[in-house]
Amino acid sequence: MELFVIGLPHYLTLAAMLFTLGIFGIFLNRKNVIVILMCIELMLLAVNINFVAFSSYLGDMTGQVFTVFILTVAAAEAAIGLAILVVLFRTKGTIAVEDISSMKG
Amino acid sequence: MFRLMFTAIAFYIFAAVTLLSGIMVVTAKNPVHSVLFLILAFFNAAGLFVLLGAEFIAMILVIVYVGAVAVLFLFVVMMLDISFADLRKGAMQYVPLGLITGGILLFELITIFSVWKFAGSASDNIASKTPDAAEITNTEALGQILYTDYVFAFQVSGLILLIAMIGAIVLTHRKRPGVRKQNVADQQARTRDEAMEIQKVTPRTGV
Repeated sequence: MELFVIGLPHYLTLAAMLFTLGIFGIFLNRKNVIVILMCIELMLLAVNINFVAFSSYLGDMTGQVFTVFILTVAAAEAAIGLAILVVLFRTKGTIAVEDISSMKG
Repeated sequence: MFRLMFTAIAFYIFAAVTLLSGIMVVTAKNPVHSVLFLILAFFNAAGLFVLLGAEFIAMILVIVYVGAVAVLFLFVVMMLDISFADLRKGAMQYVPLGLITGGILLFELITIFSVWKFAGSASDNIASKTPDAAEITNTEALGQILYTDYVFAFQVSGLILLIAMIGAIVLTHRKRPGVRKQNVADQQARTRDEAMEIQKVTPRTGV
């Protein structure tokens, strides 16, 4: 019976796993900017799951409102990130992270 | 009892598929596969949101993430002619570091979250209570606070999207040589003297 009761910890644990997966993906694909951007999307998804789970179990709609805002910012970030990537590929012919060192940042 | 069991089974299926497709996003050799698994992960996360009673967010997730962001990724991955095999060279040397960092973080997060309980006074500080689902739909309840309490943040997020759109256009727009375009300044700067001349035409000779 206990197994069938899905509580807040279930969702939080899932979100923690997804977030960690995103971080691990950045380590694994540290040369490939496209996959790094996808890993960031995964981490934002984990954050959204946290927000909605808290919102649902606390009975407070505010969490869902902020999920909408996170979604907006994530979409803007993906659009700008991919635009920068396209420009970078046009000028340098590569998207490997280690080749992007001309700014010495 | 049956309803509880169905919810639990649905949760475990959605959670498992989300996690597995997340692993595939990270480890897939071909980035096109990564994007497709990202789409699968988003669909299953939308299923989780439906289970949590946030139907509007679930549908927005499908529309915005799957319909816009993932397709944008797909376009860029397919448009750029990149040797992805070269990008994966030497990737394995960072796996131990990634596993250690990720393992520590996961341990810490699960230590905190797996026993999470709300404090008794947490329900006193609710900003906007979720209305009864039988009376009012999730979308309507969300709209009622999004357009009243959070209207400023809503407008700002619209502005952010506008800036992102203009930024992406300005960044990727390129001027091609040899394409004729209207130049309003040149048109306005023309005078009668340079635009036309009067010639005296003598009869039977032509110009």
